Amino acid sequence: MPMTRYIKKALADIRSNRFLNLITIVTISLSILVVSLFLLFFENASRVIEGWNQGGRAMIYLESAFSPEMLPDLEARINSLGEVDEMQFIPKSRALERLKSEMSSHTGFFDTLKQNPLPHALEIRMKTHGDFQKVAAFAKKIGALDMVESVEYGQGWLARFLKIFSLFRITGYAMCGLFLLIALFITANTVRLAFYSRRLEIEIMRLVGATEAFIKTPFYVEGLFQGFLGGLLGLLILLAAFFTVSSGISQNLSAYVYLDIRFLSVKAMGLIILASTFLGWFGCYLSLKQILK
Amino acid sequence: MNLDSSKQAIIRLFNVTKRYGAKLALNDVSVDIQPGEFIFISGPSGAGKSTLLKVLYLAEKVSEGQILINGMNLARISASKLPRLRRRFGMVFQDFKLIPGRTVYENVALVLEVAGEKPSYIRKKVMHVLRTTGMEKKANALPPTLSGGEQQRVAVARAVVGDPDIILADEPTGSLDQASARLVLDFLMAYHQKGATILVASHNLHLMESMVRGRNIVLDQGQLVKTSTML
Ligand SMILES: Nc1ncnc2c1ncn2[C@@H]1O[C@H](COP(=O)(O)OP(=O)(O)O)[C@@H](O)[C@H]1O
Ligand SMILES: [Mg+2]
Repeated sequence: MPMTRYIKKALADIRSNRFLNLITIVTISLSILVVSLFLLFFENASRVIEGWNQGGRAMIYLESAFSPEMLPDLEARINSLGEVDEMQFIPKSRALERLKSEMSSHTGFFDTLKQNPLPHALEIRMKTHGDFQKVAAFAKKIGALDMVESVEYGQGWLARFLKIFSLFRITGYAMCGLFLLIALFITANTVRLAFYSRRLEIEIMRLVGATEAFIKTPFYVEGLFQGFLGGLLGLLILLAAFFTVSSGISQNLSAYVYLDIRFLSVKAMGLIILASTFLGWFGCYLSLKQILK
Repeated sequence: MNLDSSKQAIIRLFNVTKRYGAKLALNDVSVDIQPGEFIFISGPSGAGKSTLLKVLYLAEKVSEGQILINGMNLARISASKLPRLRRRFGMVFQDFKLIPGRTVYENVALVLEVAGEKPSYIRKKVMHVLRTTGMEKKANALPPTLSGGEQQRVAVARAVVGDPDIILADEPTGSLDQASARLVLDFLMAYHQKGATILVASHNLHLMESMVRGRNIVLDQGQLVKTSTML
C-alpha cells in the first residue's frame, strides 16, 4: 500500500480518536517546551558568561619591590608567553587617583595616608577568552613570574559561579530526561489505548489477510505525526513566550546591562523537532512490541 | 468418485480433531473437496460446523490431523505466509465481523487494500460488488445503522470482492427471511458458476436443499456422520 494511503488512514484514525490524540500532542509539546526552555536558557547563559569573561581581562598586581624601570623587562617576559593582546601599565599613583575619584566623599580619609598603599599593576587582555580553563592556566603562568604578586581575573566568583552553573546544567539535563520519559510513556500509552480501541478492526484485518506491517504502519505514522506536531507546538509556545518576555526585558533592562539574548539556533530547533518525532515513533515501537509479543 | 480425484482436491482433511479443553468440537474428520464444488455443511447447533470453517483459514489450529489446501500443509504455514493464505479465502462470518466505525464501502474495500490493489481498481471493483448485492445506496452508511439482512449482504460482498478461489460462509442466511436468503444464495451460486469452491455452513438444511445443488456434509457432535449429494 502506498505511503499516502497509510498517511490518509492515520489521519482518519487521529480524527476518530481526536481527544486522545490531542492529549498526547499536548503532553509531548509540554515536555518539549520544558526541554527547549532549558536549552534556550543554557545556550544564552553560556554566551552571556562568555561575554563576562570577554577580552579575558586580568589585573596583574606587582610586588612592592617592583619599580617602573623594570617595566620593559617584565613586559617582554609577559609577551614571550604569547596569549596577550593588550597590555597597559597602571602605576600606583594613578591607581590611587582612580580610587580617590571613585570614592570622592571619603577624600579626607585618603589625605591622612602618608604613603600610597596600592601596588603597581598591569592590566592585560588575553587572546583566548572563551575557554575558562585556558584563562586559568595562563593566569597561573603569569603568577609564577618574578615580581608578580598576584593575578586577578575574577577567578574566585567566576569559578564558583561556573561550578553552580554546571550543577544547574546537570539538573537541567536530568529534568529534560525525565520529561522526555514522561512524554514517551504517554505516547506509548496512547498507542496502546488506540490499539485496544481498534481491536475488533485489527482482528478483522488479520482475518481478511492483512500483513502485520499493514496493521502497524498507521500506528507508526500516527506516532511520528504526534511527535512532530507536539515538538512543533512546544517550540511555537516557547517562541511566543520568548518574544513576549524578551521584548519586556530589553525595554526595562537594556539601559543598565547589555544582554545578548537570542532564541534557539536553527540547528537546535531542528534537533528538537527531530527528537520529538523520534519520540513519537519510539513510543509506538515500544507499545506495539509489548502488545504483539 | 474416481481414484485420482483426490490428487486434484483443493481442500483435504486427514483425521482432523479439534478440542476446546476436554470438548471435542471436531472428532476425526476426513474429507476431500474438489475445486469448484459447492459444499454444504449441516448439522445441529454445536455440531462443529463453524469450527470446521475456522480450522480451514487458520482462525483456529487443529489439535490432531492434517489439512492441505492446494497441497499446502496448513501446519507448515509460517506467520508471515498466513496473510497470503487468507487472501485466497472469502469469508462470511456468522457474526458478520464488519468494522463498526468504517463505512460499508471501506469495509468491503479493506480486502483489496490489504492485497495491495490499486485505488482505481478498488473503487471500480467495490462499487460493482455493492451494486450486485444491492448495497450501492448504502455505500457510505456505517454497519450499525443497517438491518441484519443488509449487514449480511455487506458481509457477502466483502467475501467475494477479492475474487477468492474458496468462499467460506458461516450461516450466511441465518438472519435472513426466505427472500433475502434466496438472494444471498443466488449470489454465492453465481460465484460458484465462475469456478469458486464454496463451503456453506448452516443448520437450516431445508432452506438449502430447495435452492442449491451440491454435496452435503453432515456433522454431529464433531463427527462426520454422512455425506450425500443434493440434486
Ligand atoms: N472458542 C471456544 N471455546 C470453547 N468451546 C468452543 C469454542 N468454540 C466452539 N466451542 C464448542 O465447540 C462445539 C462446536 O462449536 P461450533 O463449531 O461453533 O458449532 P456449530 O457452528 O456447528 O454450531 C460446541 O460445543 C461449542 O460449544
Ligand atoms: Mg456455528
